[in-house]
Amino acid sequence: MTDIAIVGMAQTPYRRRRDDANFAELIYGVTCEALDDAGLEIGDIDNFITVSNDFWDGRTISSMAVQDACGSSFDGGRNVSTVEGDGTFGLLYGMMRILSGAYQTTLVVVHCKGSEGNMRLITNGMFDYIYTRPLGIEATGAAALQARRYMDKYKLTEEDFAHVSIKNRGNALRNPNAQLAETLSLDQVMASKPIASPLKLHDISPISDGAAAVVLAHRNVANKLGRKPVWVKGIAHCSEAHFLGDRDLAEAPALRDAAFRAYQMAGIEDPFAEIDLVELYDAYSYMEPLWFEELGFCPKGKGAELIRLGATAFDGPLPVNPSGGVLSAHAVLVAGLARVIEASLQIRGEAGERQVEGPVELALAHGINGPCGQSHCVVILGE
Amino acid sequence: MEKVELIHLRQDVDLPYHWAAGRYGSMMLRALRDRKVILGNRCPQCNKVYVPPRVVCGPCFVQPSEVVELSPAGILAGYSVVNYPFIDPETGQKRPVPYTYAYIKLDGCDNYLSHLVDETDPSRLYPGVRVEAVFRPDGERVGRLQDILHFRVVD
Ligand SMILES: [Zn+2]
Repeated sequence: MTDIAIVGMAQTPYRRRRDDANFAELIYGVTCEALDDAGLEIGDIDNFITVSNDFWDGRTISSMAVQDACGSSFDGGRNVSTVEGDGTFGLLYGMMRILSGAYQTTLVVVHCKGSEGNMRLITNGMFDYIYTRPLGIEATGAAALQARRYMDKYKLTEEDFAHVSIKNRGNALRNPNAQLAETLSLDQVMASKPIASPLKLHDISPISDGAAAVVLAHRNVANKLGRKPVWVKGIAHCSEAHFLGDRDLAEAPALRDAAFRAYQMAGIEDPFAEIDLVELYDAYSYMEPLWFEELGFCPKGKGAELIRLGATAFDGPLPVNPSGGVLSAHAVLVAGLARVIEASLQIRGEAGERQVEGPVELALAHGINGPCGQSHCVVILGE
Repeated sequence: MEKVELIHLRQDVDLPYHWAAGRYGSMMLRALRDRKVILGNRCPQCNKVYVPPRVVCGPCFVQPSEVVELSPAGILAGYSVVNYPFIDPETGQKRPVPYTYAYIKLDGCDNYLSHLVDETDPSRLYPGVRVEAVFRPDGERVGRLQDILHFRVVD
């Protein structure tokens, strides 16, 4: 499919706390930069999608509070819709609105400040209030259950996961937007503070503040702009059960489905051979091999081995998270759109110091939302 | 129909937040605290003056770069006498009822500031009546909108 292209993009640096900018200031900044990047003006945008989460923002209808900042109230106001979920879901929705035929361009903006609320309480709040919330379980506790189940089922070790943190935090050294960039040793990861077994401090993404924006355009517009369009060649979003007990956490069938559909749309038969670069949502170290396997790049349980062998290293045959990934910066919701932006920059050849060797003609970006990756969006981007 | 016991569970959820006022918000709150001054900012394109100052003029999508000091006085554009209590989330203190919400157009400003007015007698409250800000005394202002204690009707 080459109907819709990403023609402009911007993201903030990701930092632990941004007292210098409120939501509007973050969003106005990325909106202006994304428009500049596209060579468009605010008046050229006819549809807007804002992505946010009310618990994280601490206000109801949080997505409607940034209209001035994203430009949707320009000149009397334009069409605006909102998404509560990952930024990639906003991208999908924005595409669909263009494909409806009613709009030519769409600005997708997403913001989140992990610093302002309480991560444990907010993510505890995503669970069922009768049966699950009173246990105290939240994002990291649930992820620890998933990590353990994945280890037990496929005979993996904590060391296997540690290699993900070493790779991604090391990759982040080339990314000025990353929040945690460091050279880690296996010993350092293994000896880091136990948080929720088997997860230790270095297995866990940081709490971050940030925002991102993407300008989407129909090919009629995209082909007339000066910039090389990054085409959305395939995209799919799938979700599984909400109740953790109804899922086998060692498996991610929603991701398998989403990948299958996205590959079909993009005409991909052998993802490992055809895709040049992957940016996936590694909120915890174990997630990278788990998602990588469900994306069909290797058999189940074999992802960790490929990581250890360097197949997904910065200079490997299939770089995964050359940006440093979510383990290095995790503005919730923003992180999925950041994956899309990172993959798109690589396709443009504009990733700076983190540009991988060799041409990137086809890349995969991935976003998740919900406990333990309940829903997944897979985006195939290409020249 | 047979009567069965139906259960509901109560959970009190306390969700604290530490919101950044940001660049313009910090400017506004510092001026209230340190100088008893209400700030606004002017859009260079449509000339509108906004309170509180903000990063963008929505209709023009440009930054209202010129920060202006506003008059502490203006006119009442609307009000409501409220008869239910409210707990201030910043102090935990309960506000005595009744109290009056006010929608105030400060002199020289083009939008409205929402605040309180220390008057609950409707005969003294009408659109266009002059009001002015009453600041908390020195040493009691901490850098929040409530550094303006309330507005009062000026006869
Ligand atoms: Zn203006």
